[in-house]
Amino acid sequence: MKPAPFHYLAPATVEAAVALLAEHGDEAAVLAGGQSLMPMLALRLTAPAILVDINRIGALERQSIDAAGYSFGALVRHADAWAAVRADDPAHLLARALPHVAHQAIRHRGTICGSLALADPAAELPACAVCLDAEIELAGPAGRRRLTADAFFEGLYTTARRPDELVVGVHVPRLGPDTRFGFDEVARRHGDYAILGLAARALVVDGCIKDCRLVYFGAGARPVVATAAQAALKGAALDDGHAHGRAAAAVMGELAIDPDLRYGATYKRQLATALLKRIIGQWKAPQ
Amino acid sequence: MPDRLLGSTEAQIGASRPRARSRALLAGRGRYLDDINLPRQVHAAFLRSPVPAAVIDRLEVSAAARSPGVVAVLTWADLAPVCQAWRTLSAAFPGLAAPEQTPLANGRVTSVGEPIALVLAASRALAEDAVAAIELDWRERPAVGVATAALAADAPLVHPELGSNLAWRFAAETGDVAAAFASAATVVEERFVFSRHTGVTLEPRGILAAFEPSEGRLEVWASHQMPHQLQLHLGELLELAMSQVRVTASDVGGGFGVKMHVYPDEVAVCAAARLLGRPVKFVADRLESLMSDIHAREHVIEARLAVDAEGRLLAIDAKGVQGIGSHSVFPRSSTVETLMAMRTLGAPYGLAAARAQADVVFQNKAMTGQYRSVGHPIACAVTERLVDMAARARGEDPLAMRRRNYLEPGDGRCRTALGLEVFDLSHVACLDRLEALMGLPALRQSVAARRQAGEVLGLGFAAFVEMTATGSEVYGMAGVPVAAADTIQLAVEPDGSLKASASLSELGQGTDEGLVQVLADAVGVAPERIGLEMGRTASGPHGGGAWASRGAAIGGEAAWHAGRKLRGQILAAAAALLQTPAAALDLVAGCIVDAQRHERITLAALARTVHFAGHEFPQGTLPQLQVAHHYRREADIAIPTNGIQAALVQLCPETGLVRCLQHWVVHDCGRIINPLLAGEQVRGGVVQGIGAALFEHCRYDAQANFLDGSLADYLVPMAMEMPDIAVGHVETLYRGSTLGAKGAGEAGTCAASAAVLNAVNDALAAVGGGRLAEIPLTPPLVLAALNDRSNAG
Repeated sequence: MKPAPFHYLAPATVEAAVALLAEHGDEAAVLAGGQSLMPMLALRLTAPAILVDINRIGALERQSIDAAGYSFGALVRHADAWAAVRADDPAHLLARALPHVAHQAIRHRGTICGSLALADPAAELPACAVCLDAEIELAGPAGRRRLTADAFFEGLYTTARRPDELVVGVHVPRLGPDTRFGFDEVARRHGDYAILGLAARALVVDGCIKDCRLVYFGAGARPVVATAAQAALKGAALDDGHAHGRAAAAVMGELAIDPDLRYGATYKRQLATALLKRIIGQWKAPQ
Repeated sequence: MPDRLLGSTEAQIGASRPRARSRALLAGRGRYLDDINLPRQVHAAFLRSPVPAAVIDRLEVSAAARSPGVVAVLTWADLAPVCQAWRTLSAAFPGLAAPEQTPLANGRVTSVGEPIALVLAASRALAEDAVAAIELDWRERPAVGVATAALAADAPLVHPELGSNLAWRFAAETGDVAAAFASAATVVEERFVFSRHTGVTLEPRGILAAFEPSEGRLEVWASHQMPHQLQLHLGELLELAMSQVRVTASDVGGGFGVKMHVYPDEVAVCAAARLLGRPVKFVADRLESLMSDIHAREHVIEARLAVDAEGRLLAIDAKGVQGIGSHSVFPRSSTVETLMAMRTLGAPYGLAAARAQADVVFQNKAMTGQYRSVGHPIACAVTERLVDMAARARGEDPLAMRRRNYLEPGDGRCRTALGLEVFDLSHVACLDRLEALMGLPALRQSVAARRQAGEVLGLGFAAFVEMTATGSEVYGMAGVPVAAADTIQLAVEPDGSLKASASLSELGQGTDEGLVQVLADAVGVAPERIGLEMGRTASGPHGGGAWASRGAAIGGEAAWHAGRKLRGQILAAAAALLQTPAAALDLVAGCIVDAQRHERITLAALARTVHFAGHEFPQGTLPQLQVAHHYRREADIAIPTNGIQAALVQLCPETGLVRCLQHWVVHDCGRIINPLLAGEQVRGGVVQGIGAALFEHCRYDAQANFLDGSLADYLVPMAMEMPDIAVGHVETLYRGSTLGAKGAGEAGTCAASAAVLNAVNDALAAVGGGRLAEIPLTPPLVLAALNDRSNAG
């Protein structure tokens, strides 16, 4: 369990990092918190020729919370982001989701942007980013661009990031005061990747779901938006059991869950409806 | 117990003392195998089989040998001149099929992970780089993975030369089983599936071997449970006298049975060290641990139980299959698991008749071997589940059923239906103690109220008999060189402190502390004045190490007698010096005192005189102040212990997740030398039992490819998921020894999975769900059972 040989480079600026990525492209891997990359290297599941360590780029450590929302630089650790979000809005989706990301020691090293860039389909944060309409900011040789999370996540460990681009931050827009969040996941042990999870939000006005977003993780190759279930809930009263039933039926129909050697699609579908029920319960609770 | 100290406040025996060594281990100052480095050492990495079964057509290592930092790349052809192949033979298992096994593959592979070639390089990383450069061409052969399919007529053969995948067959029958079932008022039956799991020691297996050609001496450091056994087999396999082989086990981070075998990769390392004349280090990484440490269990058992109209158990009848993997592990054989699983069926109860049959089969998977509580958890789960089913069928309390049927020989002894000799048991006392510990009536009311409120709760019980401290008859009569005796050497240093050396092994369980406590009381010195060394074959006496819960029952007895011998020598020496009859003297807390407890001379002063001023003694007095005691129990093949466990679980009706809310154990391990450590042994064992019940599984696909190569896939029970474990004790002394201690290390594992299995089924029954008889109890299985209404009503 020792990594294959690689060259280690630690640029001091974003520009220098991007230049290295431009030079080495797919041969390079970016090291931020290392909580996924290091084990993958050790198991030789990946063997990049170049390791670009961005931990010396001080500019990427910034996080900001303001009227527009939350911004996390590429070196913001899960634990720091969690503390900041909790202080701002304890009911926020990220405040609910981040404690489920692995264990505390891992959250002190692992980064928000690292989780997004890795795009593990069973991870919490990609689903949260899609649910929150977050934007991922990329720096490349031609400058910077922003992609919506929905456009960013393409498939199993694959994103729209080009080989010469670096994820430099993520921007989470502030949602209106009528927004209610919901998050839950099913895992055998605390801190495990979920068998299935659900990140959700709803715009609730006068007890009525004006709009909602339901994003499952562990359900497919990337975060899965349950659009039919969303449609079933949209416009319904929060306590409309029939609408809940229609949404559950829609979830069962629309989730094309990948066959899973361990848990099977049938079981995961059962979890999907159970999670939906729990999430609606969270929406109903005072937030 | 012939000593005034026992039971007194001065006694160390019976005192809860934390392990002295814990201080160093917790401070990160332990010295585990990988902390030991030698000049000129090279690091080993293995090319392991990527497929379950194949013939090797070409194995080309020249490119790998040219890889940077590589010292050598070795195959079986290189090792064969200095190393023997072996077969696992045992007269205890008549007809045991024994295919030849080599440290590196000899032209074919029979399981994923089997070592094929060995790279030695300047670092482990460089060695791994070179492994990737080895060229291997193979022809895959059909593999057999599913144990129940291994004996089918068209099943592929793991070892074609054997003509069958049958390794061994167990059969035993007592009484008239057919008549018992014919006359039964109630018969319950079930098909049980026990999946594979493994030990997952915190410190992985590892070995460092150095050969000194000028002396012909092999020096080995190993993370191992029985360095003396390893010394013997390394001598045999490498054709060296045992005096030319030294094995040292330094701090060992857990064993559980994983580290009691002779592994092919470890033998290869020693052979390579001999071949190269350079030290070779191998430390298994987690991937290697999971695929090549011994796995455990893997049984399918169909069993039934006959009960008469009065609720008395009449007979048990079981037929099983155990899959042991590609080979029967050397030197003890993997078949011990089935032997114990069958022999301990029904062990807590009086049964007039019993029948047990089992096929032990080879398959293209990792070897299985003796894991904590060998075989017992299987028998316990089968027996206790059937007893619960019978109680439910009769509509009565499962504890009433057990109480009525317990086999307690009182002051005598008797045999269980499947042939275990039992005595000094306390089932009823343990059950009484358990009910008190649980506050059972109130607890049952609380469970009922919470069920009313919609919770899916289950309460399960499992009584057990665990055979411990195995005697020399078992392996001795089998012709297998396994020490069931242990020896303690003890001497007085010139400052009056004691130097002790034990043939037992310390793996983290606290045997060292317990032995020191016994020695302290036996001699009459403070425990802090005793330095105990274990795990060194060069200086320590030959003996058993750590297996079959022997530390207290065998090691403790050896320590007691060694201590008493030394005490006699000390008092005789003091008597000669003080010109006082020895009988008028006593040794208390390091002082020789008279009958009035007045100090006459300190042990330190006496020792100083013996070592440096021996001329002070009267002519003809030559005090030795050093003893050895070799203890072998002359009666009883094993010492039975007993107890009962209970589990309270909560099922999630939406996800099938099982949450353990509380666990209780009452155990009788005879005299308890250290209640703190005994309790923690039980708790650790329970955690491994809960792991088996809910989490741990070495998964293979149908083609025998291994699926769980990391601890993200192999689910070890973690602190967050474990309940509080309340432990109570009943102390029924073993009458065949001075201390009366019995084994304590494995009882926790013995019945924990059975208690959880019964608790989950109790919860399922409470909501009209189906039955489960397969572990681990995965969430999909539990959810399906929750939704199963076929047994409703």
